[in-house]
Amino acid sequence: MSTASAADPAASERAVVADRPLLDVRDLHVTYSSREGEIPAVRGVSFTLRRGETLGLAGESGCGKSSLAAAVLKLLPQGTKVEGEVLLDGENVFTMSPGRLRAVRWTEAAIVFQGAMHALNPVWKVKHQIAEAIQLHDPIGDKAAQARVGELLEQVGLPGRRADAYPHQLSGGQRQRVMIAMALACKPHLLIADEPTTALDVMVQAQVLALLEQLQEDLGLAMVFITHDLSVLTSCCRRLAIMYAGRVVEEGPSHAVFDHPQHPYTKALAAAFPTIGDMRFRRAPLGLAGDPPDPRELPPGCPFVPRCSEAIDACSDAEPALRVAGPMRSAACIRVEADG
Amino acid sequence: MTAEPIIEVRDVHVTFESKRARRKHAAPARAVDGVDLEIMPGEIVALVGESGCGKTTLARTLLGLERPASGEIRFRGTPLPHSTKGLRTYRRHVQIVFQDPTGALNPRQTIYESVAEGLRIHKVPGNEKDLVASALSRSGLRPPERFFQRYPHEVSGGQRQRVVIAGAIALEPSLIVADEPVASLDASVRGEILRLMLGLVQQTQVAMIVVTHDLGLAWNVADRIAVMYLGRIVELGTTEDVLEAPKHPYTRALLSVVPEIERMEPQILTGEPPDPTRIPPGCRFHPRCPLVVSGVAAELGILERCQTEDPTRVQMRTGHSVACHAADLDAVPGPGPTPGPEPAETAN
Amino acid sequence: MTDPTGGAFESARDSALAEVMAPDPPAPGSRRSLNWSRRRKSAGEVWREFWASGQGKAGLIILVVFVAMALLAPLITSSEGLKVTNALGNKQNAPPSWEFPFGTDNDGRSVLTLFVWGARISLFVGIAATLVAIFIGSFVGIIAGYAGGRTEGVLMRVTEWFLVIPFLPLAIVLASVLSRSLSTIILVIGITSWPGTARLLRAQVLSVKERTFVERARALGAGHGRIVGRHVLPSVLPLVFANLTLTVPIAILSETTLAFLGLGDPLRVSWGQTLGASFAAGATSIGAWWYYLPPGLGIVAVVLAFTLCGRALEEVLNPNLRQR
Repeated sequence: MSTASAADPAASERAVVADRPLLDVRDLHVTYSSREGEIPAVRGVSFTLRRGETLGLAGESGCGKSSLAAAVLKLLPQGTKVEGEVLLDGENVFTMSPGRLRAVRWTEAAIVFQGAMHALNPVWKVKHQIAEAIQLHDPIGDKAAQARVGELLEQVGLPGRRADAYPHQLSGGQRQRVMIAMALACKPHLLIADEPTTALDVMVQAQVLALLEQLQEDLGLAMVFITHDLSVLTSCCRRLAIMYAGRVVEEGPSHAVFDHPQHPYTKALAAAFPTIGDMRFRRAPLGLAGDPPDPRELPPGCPFVPRCSEAIDACSDAEPALRVAGPMRSAACIRVEADG
Repeated sequence: MTAEPIIEVRDVHVTFESKRARRKHAAPARAVDGVDLEIMPGEIVALVGESGCGKTTLARTLLGLERPASGEIRFRGTPLPHSTKGLRTYRRHVQIVFQDPTGALNPRQTIYESVAEGLRIHKVPGNEKDLVASALSRSGLRPPERFFQRYPHEVSGGQRQRVVIAGAIALEPSLIVADEPVASLDASVRGEILRLMLGLVQQTQVAMIVVTHDLGLAWNVADRIAVMYLGRIVELGTTEDVLEAPKHPYTRALLSVVPEIERMEPQILTGEPPDPTRIPPGCRFHPRCPLVVSGVAAELGILERCQTEDPTRVQMRTGHSVACHAADLDAVPGPGPTPGPEPAETAN
Repeated sequence: MTDPTGGAFESARDSALAEVMAPDPPAPGSRRSLNWSRRRKSAGEVWREFWASGQGKAGLIILVVFVAMALLAPLITSSEGLKVTNALGNKQNAPPSWEFPFGTDNDGRSVLTLFVWGARISLFVGIAATLVAIFIGSFVGIIAGYAGGRTEGVLMRVTEWFLVIPFLPLAIVLASVLSRSLSTIILVIGITSWPGTARLLRAQVLSVKERTFVERARALGAGHGRIVGRHVLPSVLPLVFANLTLTVPIAILSETTLAFLGLGDPLRVSWGQTLGASFAAGATSIGAWWYYLPPGLGIVAVVLAFTLCGRALEEVLNPNLRQR
């Protein structure tokens, strides 16, 4: 953090810019309208991300994490109601003109989608698809685009000749790398990875994770890593946010949250990924009764009450807000004692 | 007490040949390339490995859904029948739980009908309604009557998997094959399903094979683990043995990349899981083996053997066997886990 | 067979219908995606959604009107009006009047009578031919899709052979060889229409066959009969129904063509036959619009009605097709 000298307005302006978080989500609400009624997918989420920071977003089906990812680049389906703000480097994504939005998409922030294998067009060669991403934003010539494609493929660890392949000729891990290459095409500052390693073998998953970590270091990318696999997040993300029923229920440094969870849901989620070698998990699978809640039918008060082993009567009165639960940590549970 | 094994697999080979491959004179895919395995009643064996390793094919072969090209499978001492009629009788005793519970249930059938299907096919005597209710109830869906008229899309994913399990246990099988039983379910729901499966095994002494790539799951429920690579079991032993003191470099690599494993350096193998149509000569793992790649194999003087000799599984300790030339030697240098306490013998 | 729309109709129908049972890729943990379109709909739900759509409602109403008219023909006008001998005293090619609301034809017969009774034949032939086509097509398609291997190969080659038989030459040949009757017409249309259904159903059966619940049935010990009867058929029957609804208009148009060309049963009055007669009588040059417009518009209306119903039904069975 730099201290601006009062006599130099340009320097103080630069300082403000440098301090400004890259991604600032403020009280975001996302509600889908469907034939069956309204579905509140995200119900008041706020967080910030600075340049070069990594945030892991964990949660299960219905928690709203994918809606959150789509909201950042305003990729929600038509008719979706949005409240709150998403500031990308200071600019609100929802008030940008369509032209500005298109310019910002992919150059400021890019998404690697869930099910990336199916997101590639099967009738185009991989190199053309990556080149398309480049040329949409910067109409450089074909040759220059292909050169950049080669660079990108190298960055993601694919041999250059793979550029000539069609998606079906590549394996799952390779297709995922292509998706990452596409996301990096316009040198974004922020990368949102939505379940990038789901449906991949463990070894390939490790490869892709290592790649993401390395890219993040080399390019100084800020990253939001969305997944339901909590164990994966601890190694590649510095901070962790757990989502449940459209809200963040716990947040803090990854290892602290994973090793010493404060919110009952986080405890249960962490316990669902057993530690090999720990006899407490031997023949003792841990999980929660019930199912992740239907966003249309949330109970009064804390949405976790039906499945919570530590619930008390007061829990059903009102939905708890995030409260401090340790250094740089917070949890949305009324039973959490504020630490210092 | 030595009981008779429910299933005995002796040197089974299962190959797949696509028409295109035959035209191009390409080699067939040797999905299962010589597997030996025994499963005792009341035990849970995890088949672990990446895609292409043959674990699913082996599981399907045990169900009679694939025919082995060679080798023998015995169920309670008698070889598996080949005739349609024989297979039908066999299938009463061996059931499957699928990875995707949503796809596994006919969306046009009620839950009652889905569970009753097996009973009707095999004309199981007794009151059908009672049998269905009992199966649903044992799967944790209570009161069962509430689910009779429901359709699969009206219940949650975890409940759907319970319905599939109910359909399987309604026939009171001796062996259940579970193919990634919780991979499609939410993480918080998995524990309950796994606990259900453990409970069933303990109560009825049904044997279970769990096919999975998730070592954590194996640690949770399995008595023994068989690690497969390119159609072979490369390591077999009790869960404690295999996961706390793995002997095969592949097992070690798999274990090292599990995110919570802090005691091991991650050994990320390069390349993709290999192709069953192009199995390398010698030890099938040698092109990717960390011992070979890092030069340790050469140091140990076994490099040539790794490249030319296909290692057979050798018993290390009672119940723990490994197919690796390096495991034959005493000291195996290189990244490995810190030795843990001696695991207890598996009681059976 | 000649399809006046040049095949666009058929290919659109085929590709859209083939989507009806497309399986969703499994996605871990995303069981409640918004497009949960694979749920089985009860008959009641199908009806309600169908009726709720503008297309479905409009199409069905038009159909009901015409079918009612066809069935109630004897109550509207007497069939004696079809006999030329009874029309001798009437003015020929007379414009619409109180006595003859649709005017008269070249023989002095009331065009309204021709219209109302012609509807019977057109609709009857259309539906009957479709049933023949659907029956053969389903049989062949389902067996080919399920059996696979050589059986499938043989059946599909036969299907393709029938597919390329040109409609009109076959109709002419058969009309001259066989008696010129309704049965011949139905036969001709039936055997040239079934390949489309067969291919569609084979594709559907292929995809249903691979679904996990079919494998589960096999693992439970079910035999082929049970799998086809309890699992495959119920999944493809809605498709058959929608296909049927969209094949009828094609059959009606085919009948119209044949009758127009004089290949139909000369004793039976149908809309196509009326159109053909009006053309032969030079109704266009003498300006007797009442002669050719009613049957023409009737055909358009009925074809449109079936198409609207068929599309509405498709959309109900496969919500993915709906424009959002």
